Parts: sequence; structure tokens; C-alpha cells
Amino acid sequence: MSGVLVGPFVYAQTQSVPPDNDTCQTCHADPSMVRADGRPALVRADAFTASVHGVLGCVDCHADLASAAEFPHPERLARVSCRSCHDEPAAGLAGSVHGMLSGAAALQCTSCHGAPHQIRPSSDFESPTYKLQIAGTCGQCHGGLAGPGARRGPAVAGLFADSIHAVALERTTVAPTCTDCHRSHDILRRTDAKSPVHPPNIPATCGACHGEQRRLFGASVHAAQLAAGNAGAPQCASCHTAHRMAATASDEWQLAAVEQCGTCHREALATYRDSVHGQVTALGFTPVAKCADCHESHQVHPVSDARSSVSTQNRLTTCRACHPAATANFVQFQPHANKEDPERSPELYYAALFMDGLLIGVFLFFGAHTLLWFVRERNDSSAEEERRA
Amino acid sequence: MPEARYVRRFGRAERAQHLVLIVTFLGLAATGLPLLFSDAAWARPTARLVGGFGVTGTLHRLFAVGLIGVFLVHVGSVVARLLSGERGILWGPTSLVPQPRDVVELCRHVQWFLWRGPKPAFDRYTYWEKFDYLAVFWGMVIIGGSGLMLWFPELFARFLPGWTFNVALLVHGEEALLAVGFIVTIHFFNSHMRPRKFPMDMVMFTGVVPEGEYARERPLEYARLQSASTLEARLAPPPDPALVRLARLGGLLAVAAGLGLFLSIVVAVLSR
Repeated sequence: MSGVLVGPFVYAQTQSVPPDNDTCQTCHADPSMVRADGRPALVRADAFTASVHGVLGCVDCHADLASAAEFPHPERLARVSCRSCHDEPAAGLAGSVHGMLSGAAALQCTSCHGAPHQIRPSSDFESPTYKLQIAGTCGQCHGGLAGPGARRGPAVAGLFADSIHAVALERTTVAPTCTDCHRSHDILRRTDAKSPVHPPNIPATCGACHGEQRRLFGASVHAAQLAAGNAGAPQCASCHTAHRMAATASDEWQLAAVEQCGTCHREALATYRDSVHGQVTALGFTPVAKCADCHESHQVHPVSDARSSVSTQNRLTTCRACHPAATANFVQFQPHANKEDPERSPELYYAALFMDGLLIGVFLFFGAHTLLWFVRERNDSSAEEERRA
Repeated sequence: MPEARYVRRFGRAERAQHLVLIVTFLGLAATGLPLLFSDAAWARPTARLVGGFGVTGTLHRLFAVGLIGVFLVHVGSVVARLLSGERGILWGPTSLVPQPRDVVELCRHVQWFLWRGPKPAFDRYTYWEKFDYLAVFWGMVIIGGSGLMLWFPELFARFLPGWTFNVALLVHGEEALLAVGFIVTIHFFNSHMRPRKFPMDMVMFTGVVPEGEYARERPLEYARLQSASTLEARLAPPPDPALVRLARLGGLLAVAAGLGLFLSIVVAVLSR
């Protein structure tokens, strides 16, 4: 086969005006017409007409054919640029993590929007960019399987599918899908300061829907640390995770949140585990105080701050949430007492010292006593006789 | 050949109290240890098996009520005997109160352990039996008191400062370790598993001891009974074989449960 298309008949260029779609169809309606590499050159007119671009002429996109002198045209045409109409999205893609992938791995408009002659508007239920289709579209590469062209991004689609966001999406399209947090065209790595999922930007991103939580968090000591550039400071995703997003009412999430606080507040977690509260949650049960029950979840303030739920002014009210008859004495209890710290918990320190001494003393004395007795009695010649007697 | 003559050592009430003590003690340990060692691998499955947080806590409190109850009944019976004018309870050879003789007997016993002297002659209660007995009083005050504080913190906080609850939680757990460790390693050995008693001394379950054994183990008490001509009144028929079989089975289960608890403590401590 030669490099030139062979149609049923040859269209001869006689007019000076660009060819219309019907003219193009004289060749491109024929399923048997193939390119040099064997791929069909068919463009289905009905599918194209039904697409969002159906009102356009072929040469609106294939601009180099508008002024072509000879038909059939050469097989290699200029690359269609969506940017000529869709400037902003195309520029966004070009600067995005997807657009900057090397060589053939770089995503094209059609990677997400579908076959070029059949692109549907995002409002179309069948469109790969319809809100409820987006997770599946992204999941082609982010689903843990090799995507088209062996592309493979971080596998998060499966995590998202189990999230409360995905469950909510089944009921309302107000719930977020991938593009609500990551944007659609100009998707940036989370390490990029301009990315909406860059940690310091996350409160604003989540806050677009969760306004009250954003307001409360914004005043917290955590938000101040985050703004000050503390890379370890928590933001929404630190506790809620990015994609898995479990329901906060679930035991599993509540127990995991305790451990999450403990990644920074190590001593607080260790002493919490020494208390009844921490022992019960370590056993996997939640109806006792967890970090956020006393310290609040979003509006965490330092103890010295009068707004803090555990400040001296507010402590009694906080304890009474679970212990309604709590007294001033009651709230002197140290939920984070450290038996190894004589400065902060002197009574506990000396009580622990006494108990350690008691245990060691009793077991050393009776251990030796028992051992000696055992050896002596085994070697007591009269023992066997007595047993038999 | 079983001996025909037995001497009665423990009455029905004392044996019943010991039985309740066994059940409530093991129950308290089994429902409390998962919380104390909540980070151990066996803690979560055990707590779930028992029925979760609520059920475990309820059982722990039920056993506690049982143990406190039997303790109060015992103390009440001792007070009643005191009030009735019975002598020898607070002092003397038949008393459970530690006395200078106990120090002497301990020293002589240790000398015997070391082949440095003859085996000492004991009276009704030996020094290790007194320790076991009085350890329950100490334990009841420490564990029982701290347990009640933790059960009703709001009530106790009306007059106790906050730090006492920190101390209460600590000593409740530490004393529990002491109690379980002591019962399983020391009491089980001293009273049941040492070579002469192995595998089990049945006296606390049947109440009676073969006369010969009694005379050998508690020569002073035996001699006193003889000289006061009260031995006849203390003689009893051999225990019902069915009772002995039942006691062996129950005792074996209790020992197995105790060893199991002790083993889980060891596993938890070693894997920390």
C-alpha cells in the first residue's frame, strides 16, 4: 500500500472555498478506507453531529485543510490544537502534572474528554467528564492498573470509591469528586505551592464546602503553625485522610485519629495510654474520652488560651460532658499524669516508686523463699516416706 | 490405703468463703487484665470475647461486689466471734496475727532450707499462711478502695483531691499484678504444688486433714489438742470421695486459669 489514500473516487479541488463536511465525508464515510498503518480513516457523521462540536466544520479544527490546494490531502496533517478555541483549559493542561509528563506519557485533551470526533459536554451523562463519570475517568490511570498507554498514577481511585464523598455522590452531585479538590486541567503536585492540595492550601480547599470547620480550624493553634510554615502541622487531610475519607462517627476513624494526634504529641499519647481513657480506646472501644473529646477537634487552642476547652476556666464544663457531677476536685485529676515525672506528678511518682519497691520486695523475698523450699523439700528423704505413710 | 481418722481444720463457712474468693479473684483478674495490658496482642480479642467494653466492665464490678461482700462477711464473722468472747483470735498460738514466734519460725524454716537445722514445729497457722491471709486484707483495702474510687469518681471527688485518682489507677493495677503474681507463683506453690503437697492440698476444699499429716505438719497444735482432750471433738470421717473428685476438678480449673492469667501477664510484659 502506498502512502496515499485511495478513495472510491478522487475529489478534485476546483473551488477556492474550503471543503465543507459533506465534501470530507465523500472519503471519510467509507469504513474500508484506511491509512498507511491500517487504521481506519472513518469519521462517523452521525456521532460527530451529536457531539458538542457537531455544529463545527471539519476544517475549523483541521485548519490546514481550509486552504489545502490538493485533495486527497497528505496523510500527515497539522496537529489539531484545541487551544485555538479553549485557551485557558489547554494552557492549564500544558502546565499541569499531566501535561508535563515526559513524551508520549503526557496527557492530551482527548485522554479525558474521549475520542476527538465524539466529545460530549460535561453535562452529558455519558461524557467521561460528567461529574459522576470523573472518578472512573481518573481511575483509568489512578486505579492501580496500567492506564492507556501504560500510564500509571498514584492508585487512589479505589480509596476514594470507599469514601464518604463517593457514597454521598451517589445521592447528590453536590458532593465532591476528584476535580473538586484537584481542579481539572491545571492539576499540580501537592508539593507545588499553587496546588489546592498543597498542605497549607487544604483548609481553603475543604473549606469551600466545609465552611464552619474551616472557620473553627482557622483560629486554632494548628492553623497558626501551618501558616507559619511548620510542615508537620496538621491540616484537614492529616486526620481525615485525603481519599479514604471515612465517616467520623466510625470507631475505626475515631481510634485512628488518636494515633494521628500522637504522631506529634508523643508524650501526651503515652500518658493517655496510661489512663483509663487511653486503655479503653487501646482495646478498641470508643465510649470514653479521646483527644478531641477534651481538646476539641477543629478549634484546638493551647491550654493557656482562655478559648481552650481544657483551659482552667473551661475544664469543669468539658469534664462534665461525660462526668455530669464532676467537682472542682475532680478536674484536678491529671489525664496525662506521668509517673516518671516527679515535677509534674509528684504524688504519682512516689506512689509508683512505693509500688515498684513493694512488688520487687515481695517477689524477691518469696521467690527466694519458694526456690529454697522447693529444693530442700525435693531432697527431703522423709517426704516420700510421709507421702506413702 | 486411706487413713480412717481425719482432723477438721476448716469449717463450712471458711471453705465457702475461699471458694467465692477463688471465683471472684480470677474473674476480676480476667476482666481487669485486658484493660491494664490494653497494648498486648491478646487484650483486644479477649475483651471482645468477653463481650466488649460494657460487658467486661459490668462483670468486673459484679465480681468486685462479690469479693467485697465475702470479705465483709468474713470480717463480720471474726467480729462476731470476738464479741461472743472467744479467745485466741487476736493473740496466741491459734491467732492469725503475726507474732514474734513467726519471725523465729521463718528463720528456723530458712535454716532448714539450708540444711542448717531441723524442720521447725508449726502451730495452727504458719507464718506464710498468715501472710497469705493478711495479704487479702491489705489487698482489699488497696485494690478495693482504689477500685471504688475509680467506680464512683464523682462521689469521691467531693472530698478527695484530683491527684488521688491518678494514684488510685496506678495502685489498682500494680496491686493487681502483685496479687495475681503472688497467688499464682507463691501461694499455689506454698499451699499446693510444693513436692509434699503436689498437686493440690485438699484441706481448703474438704475441710479435713488426715490425722497423721496434721500431727506431722502442726505438731504444736496437735499436741495441744491432745493435752486439752479436745482432739476427739475435732475428729471427722474421711471426706466424701465425690467431694474430693469435684474439688480436684475445680481446683485444677482454678490453677489452670491462674497460670493462664499469669502467662498472659508475662507475655504482655515481655512484648512491651
